[in-house]
This record gives sequence, structure tokens and C-alpha cells, in this order.
Amino acid sequence: MADKATFRIWRGGNGTGHFVDYATAISPGMVVLDAVHGIQAADANDMAVRWNCKAGKCGSCSAEINGKPRLMCMTRLNTLDLSVPVTVEPMKTFPHVRDLVTDVSWNYRVKTKIQKFKPRKPDAPDGTWRVQQADVDRPQEFRKCIECFLCQDVCHVLRDHNLHEEFIGPRFLIYTAQLEMNPLDTGDRLKDLKDRDGIGYCNITKCCTKVCPEEIKITDNAIIPLKERVVDEFFDPLGGLFKIIR
Amino acid sequence: MSSIDVPLKKGGFGTTSRTDNWWAEPLLVFLGYMSFIVYATWAALQGNNYLCTAQCGGADYLSPMYSPLLIEQAPAWWPAFLPFSAAMLILPFPGLFRFTCYYYRGAYYKAFWADPISCSVGEPRSSYRGEKKFPLILQNVHRYFLYFAILFVFILLYDGYKALWFTGPDGAKHFGIGVGSLVLILNPILLGGYTFGCHSFRHLVGGMKDILSASPVRKTAYDCAGCLNRSHMKWAWVSMFFVGFADVYVRLCAMGIWHDWRIL
Ligand code: SF4
Ligand code: SF4
Ligand code: FES
Ligand code: FES
Repeated sequence: MADKATFRIWRGGNGTGHFVDYATAISPGMVVLDAVHGIQAADANDMAVRWNCKAGKCGSCSAEINGKPRLMCMTRLNTLDLSVPVTVEPMKTFPHVRDLVTDVSWNYRVKTKIQKFKPRKPDAPDGTWRVQQADVDRPQEFRKCIECFLCQDVCHVLRDHNLHEEFIGPRFLIYTAQLEMNPLDTGDRLKDLKDRDGIGYCNITKCCTKVCPEEIKITDNAIIPLKERVVDEFFDPLGGLFKIIR
Repeated sequence: MSSIDVPLKKGGFGTTSRTDNWWAEPLLVFLGYMSFIVYATWAALQGNNYLCTAQCGGADYLSPMYSPLLIEQAPAWWPAFLPFSAAMLILPFPGLFRFTCYYYRGAYYKAFWADPISCSVGEPRSSYRGEKKFPLILQNVHRYFLYFAILFVFILLYDGYKALWFTGPDGAKHFGIGVGSLVLILNPILLGGYTFGCHSFRHLVGGMKDILSASPVRKTAYDCAGCLNRSHMKWAWVSMFFVGFADVYVRLCAMGIWHDWRIL
């Protein structure tokens, strides 16, 4: 590995700005976030960057590295071509604040609208429930989510078509799936999914699945199964008939 | 829903900071599908050489594109200006099954419609209806084509079985195995791998239930479908090309260009 590499970092505020090239010392084992911190310490003390855990668990350091939505703390330099500048940009799907920081609060507002967990009556007199591990395997996959919002960033429905008003995005589709598939839950979110949450906007192109640092199979295991449940409820006349006569 | 008050910047078609060959995958998908579509259309229009019998040593090899061979002549209602072949009544079913398949949808929206052409690459159009509105909302019929596809797997399995019986000089059927028999048996197996890994199938056998542990049969069916589903993309490609190959095999043997090798 060369001992210096150049990082082309987006600088500016509120959606305006430009790229600035910074050369910085690198060493084996470094990740992009280390390099960004090195640059912040030496050349750009005022550069805004959000991070917390440096372990891929807090979901704060999301950015676009060479055009791909990734966690800066989980992108090792030896996986990048350092013979040319590495671009580091803020996420494009949310309002820009400054430098590498975006305002992701839209996501928190979306989350509050989703129907809450509504458990069935407790199974035991002490107010507890009994569930089988086999039945919680599915929702547990979705609980791995660290809310980095990289999937929201890459999803073209939000990124290119700006349908933030009509589509909740992959992160909240898995959140809804986690509730819908929970064996204790009695809520019904299918009408919301079809109408308000816009599940039909997802055209299953799987970009969300590709960027998820937790490797959640967002499209195959959450979105498509939810689409199938929506079909059961609203688009399958034969199935509906079958349910009535059964 | 909650609004975003800052207008977001949007790039034009192909705008991206990606430095890798992001166009390679959609291009390969485009070429792969086009080559199959062109071949399948050509083969369906031929209306001949779909059955190899005497040329294949008394075998009964039927091209999967012409199975089940129920109507060989144009029915009365068929418009005169259209060419007719048995395949044209058959291929719409597996064709629409694949057209509405979740995997194919995602792949051709990218490769044929650039929506998006590749992840985090700018798109050509700004308006977007997705599958929420007409016409793509019709993709929700997928499960109905699944029902036909399951039927086809069994029909083709039966064709594979028939490919094991050869008419001898005495006019009687004798058990045998030719390369064609293996091709026609492998074909429905690959199609089965694709069909039983279908997302709608996985949903219908168990995915629709939140509590699966209570019914072990459903649970096993769900797990098996899930196992095939994990490689649904691979099954989709392999089974598609193998159907094409099976047709090529029967066709070339029937034309006398290839010679079926009798193993047993
Ligand atoms: S699969 Fe659906 S939710 Fe995921 S990125 Fe594509 S359109 Fe968005
Ligand atoms: S689903 Fe994956 S990509 Fe999306 S917010 Fe959660 S961890 Fe991040
Ligand atoms: S700093 Fe926590 S995920 Fe990167
Ligand atoms: S999802 Fe691919 S065949 Fe049904």
C-alpha cells in the first residue's frame, strides 16, 4: 500500500459546495473514516462528519464513497483503488447540512406513523408470552438494522423520484415486516402499506439489499413477502373466494 | 407523510460518482434476455422439427417449447394473417410467468427500462409510477401464472419419462436412455428448481403465516421453498437457457445435424 492517498471530499453547506482534494498519510488496516479523521485533524479542522462507534453498529457514518452508499468506518482502504482520488460525499437523498453531514430526521418522522406493536393477550397469568424460536427467526433478521439509512439513500424511489411523501422506503418496509411477521402481533398494516406507505412504488430492483451493511435481505425477505400479503388482501379474487368458502 | 423542505439535487441520466463498471451488469442482462427472446420467438414460429422420433432411434423427444402438444393445426378462430405454430399457444404461459417473476421484474426494469439502470446512477425519466399504478400494478397477478407453471413442470416431467421409451423395430416400446432423454429429464428438474423457489410459492406454502411452528408440514415446505428461493436468480437463468438448449437439441437431432447418442 502506498503511504499517501488522496480523498476528494464534498465541502459546503445546505446543498451547495464543491469537492476539495486532500492528500493524507495512510497505513495498513485503515478505513475511510480514519482517513477522514486524519484530514480533519491536519488540514480541515472545521470539516463536519458524523460518527460514533467506529464499529459499524451505530449507523452514523453513512456516506457515499466512490459513488456507493457505505459506512465510512467499515470501508477498508485496501478495498479501494488508491491510485486515483477516492470521492467521499454526503448522502444525496436527505437534506444536506454541512460537508459530510445530512439531516436524516425525515426517517424518524416516518417511523412515528407506522402502527405500533400490538401484542395478543398474554399466554400466561403472569403476563408473559410463549413463542417458538422458529417463528421469530424472520422478524429477528430485520432487528439487525442499525438505522444507517443507506438503503433509503440508494433507493431510486426516494433518490431520483423524491417520493418522500408517498413512500416510506426500504428501512421502514423492513420495520413494518418485523411487526407484521411477529407471531405475537395482532395489528394489520396492509392497507397502510398499499396506500399511505406506497409499497407498490418499490420495483424490487434490490439496490437497498446491496448496500445494507447488516446484510439484511431487504427485498427478498421483507418487501416481497409484504407485497405478497398485500396481494392476498387486495389483488387476489380467487384467494379471497377461497377464504370465504373455507 | 413527513415532508422534506430542502430541494434535493438530482442528476441526469447516467450521472454518478461510481467508478466501477456499473453498466456491465445491465448490459449482460439485456443481452442474455434478448438472445433468449429472439431464439424463442424464432423457434416458436418454425412449427417443425420439434419432435424427434425415427431420427433419434425410435425415441419420443418433444421440445419443451412445444409441450404439451395438444393442437398441431391452427384452430378455426386463429386469425389467418398470423402464422401458426403449436408453441404460440403454449409459450405465453411460461413467458408471462417469467415476465411477472419478482426476480425478472427487478432485472428488466433495470436493463430494459433504466429505472434505475444501476444503483446510485441517475435515471432518464423524472415521472414514476412504479408498481403502484396501472400498468405495472398488473404484475400482482404473478401467482396465477405460478399455478400454470407448476402444471407445466409436471407435464415436462412426463415428457422426460416418455423420452425413456424407444420404439424398436418390433413396434414395441423398450426402455432406453439417450442423451436426449437426459436433456429432457434435466429440463423439468431445473424448471422445478426455479418454479418451487418462486416468491409467491414460498408465500402460499407458509410465508403468509406468522406462526409456522404449529404446522410442521407447512414449515418444511416453507423452508424448502426458501432454500430454493435464495438462489432464485441462478435458477431463473439456468432453467431459461436450458429450455432453449433442449429445443436446440431436439431440433438439430430432428434435422439430422446432430445425432442422438444412445447410452443404454
Ligand atoms: S428494491 Fe425497492 S425499496 Fe429497495 S432500493 Fe429498489 S425500489 Fe427501493
Ligand atoms: S436495513 Fe440495512 S441499510 Fe437499511 S437502515 Fe437498516 S442497516 Fe442500514
Ligand atoms: S461510526 Fe458507527 S457505524 Fe460507522
Ligand atoms: S418470483 Fe420468480 S417465479 Fe415467482
